[in-house]
Amino acid sequence: MIRIEEYAPVVGQATLDELFLLSKRLEGKSIQNINSTAVGGGVAEILARMIPLLKQLGVNARWDVIKGDEKFFSTTKKFHNGLHGVPVEITDDEYAQFLEVNRENAAEMEFADIVFVHDPQPIGLIEKRKEIGRNWLWRCHIDFSRPDPKIWKFLEQYITLYDTAVFSAPAFARKLPIRQVLISPSIDPLSDKNKELPEDFVNSVFERFGIDRSRPIVTQISRFDYLKDPVGVIKAYKIARKRMDLQLVLAGGGATDDPEGPIIMEQVKQEADKDKDIFVLFLPPASDLEINALQRGSTVVLQKSLREGFGLTVSEALWKSKPTIASAVGGIPLQIAHKYSGILTHSIEGTAYWIKQLINEPEYATRLGVNGREHIKNNFLITRHIKDYLLLFLSLFHENDIVYLE
Amino acid sequence: MSEFQFYTKLDQTILLGLKAKNAAGLLEGIKTVPKSSIYYHTHRFLHQHHYLSPEPPNDFAYWISEVLNDAVLGEKISSIDVVQFHSITDLRARLEEIIASHLESTEKLVESPQGEEFHFMASKTFALRTPYIAHNISEFRDMLQQVSVNSLYYHIFDAKLRLERGENDFSRWFRDLGKSGLADAVLQLDPYTHTLEGLRKRILVMVKKYDTN
Repeated sequence: MIRIEEYAPVVGQATLDELFLLSKRLEGKSIQNINSTAVGGGVAEILARMIPLLKQLGVNARWDVIKGDEKFFSTTKKFHNGLHGVPVEITDDEYAQFLEVNRENAAEMEFADIVFVHDPQPIGLIEKRKEIGRNWLWRCHIDFSRPDPKIWKFLEQYITLYDTAVFSAPAFARKLPIRQVLISPSIDPLSDKNKELPEDFVNSVFERFGIDRSRPIVTQISRFDYLKDPVGVIKAYKIARKRMDLQLVLAGGGATDDPEGPIIMEQVKQEADKDKDIFVLFLPPASDLEINALQRGSTVVLQKSLREGFGLTVSEALWKSKPTIASAVGGIPLQIAHKYSGILTHSIEGTAYWIKQLINEPEYATRLGVNGREHIKNNFLITRHIKDYLLLFLSLFHENDIVYLE
Repeated sequence: MSEFQFYTKLDQTILLGLKAKNAAGLLEGIKTVPKSSIYYHTHRFLHQHHYLSPEPPNDFAYWISEVLNDAVLGEKISSIDVVQFHSITDLRARLEEIIASHLESTEKLVESPQGEEFHFMASKTFALRTPYIAHNISEFRDMLQQVSVNSLYYHIFDAKLRLERGENDFSRWFRDLGKSGLADAVLQLDPYTHTLEGLRKRILVMVKKYDTN
């Protein structure tokens, strides 16, 4: 288990001291996180890292998972798709069963002083509030910028019963009668995906895939998914390639549950054609060290997404001081200030233009990378995430804009 | 002799659920949002990018220049001399004045692309006592080297404009100690043109100079 003190060399002792100062103010309060899965997915991943660290800070935090049958999870999957803009039909019976499962879970659960509910699956637990009171927080981890109106209307009646709703990006905020707070996700600098790696290991990964580190390398790490625009990445590479020596790495997992996956793969293969300088790498799920190495060994990192929930791969690249070019979508503009800590683009041509600029001007590119790492250090590491959660809990008990915690 | 209690501060970002898609919408928002929102958008960059020099401009100027591509208005907003203001009310009035006057001379409103609207936010600030309490200038100097940049930020920026104390906390304390020369020297610094670490160094040099005199 990672000890909280291990973050001191990364973020500074003063940052940890502030976390201890805050957590002291939560003495006597119990905090319960509730979501719908113990393993898999970003929410479970962050809770698994966060809860032990909160406990080490002296916070009485715990994590419970709701139970549901196949029908329940089929309905919540429809919620998820509908909130992301996929047309879905949810029947009255499905809505009713969704609420029933929430009620069954609520009947069995012991609730803490602060109930912190993650995502739509357990949102109906709030009905219990009438009976038991307590403080209730709802955290939305998904893209909420253009939700299906019917699903939104259904969820809204429950969201508004909470004290506070938490979103990951400003665009996800709605007009609501309750307080809304911005808490961005984070990366863990001590995880396999982000920790420092020996140069020999980085070299060995590139050698294994036959990529030449003595020549410029542009890399995008992401699922082979239409929204990550791998075909657009290849087109941008081809434009830049006309004027310079270049290799392109597209690496990520295959989207096996995505019906569009094979079509995208076919398009990627066609677009990559027989170009020996394009490396399309399908990585198995446990490839965090390889991803880390590929990012560290690249000259420039791309994230040319058409849409993003948050786009934490950008933080991962910037944390490694990599000059990064990414689309101005979702949470990416929070991570990159254009021309200060990276480059934001809106088109294939713009991406190609900046690939050429950054490879031809390594000093400027290095400066972007250095600033990028500093920005991530201050704003997107797990310690900042913990600070935001502690403030979120404390804000339940303090109304004013300026709070003096004596 | 009075003592100096170092505080630190941590901010929570509040989403107001209000957005603008052109300069007119931005002006409407600026008129109605809480003071803490004006403070947030004129200081967020400074806090989040405190290591950069030159600083990126405030959120309003950045959005106008980079999203609306209005270099003229962007420059006018980014060059507002924030250090001269003693209250958010005055700063808000200046922002309103500049945008309103620009809109009068503009025929066509530029709309932001979908998804790149300006989202109004605000901050809720939690101020906490640190264990650092200076009883004299020498202790102050030692402690100023150890406190977090959040502490420095609180005593220099928040104290003057957000808490409307008229001047930064350091100058106020130096004055109480009868060191008005040092108080004035720190007051005359333009903190908006330094990185926070750069600012810390400048103040330490001043304190050393006045302490030995």
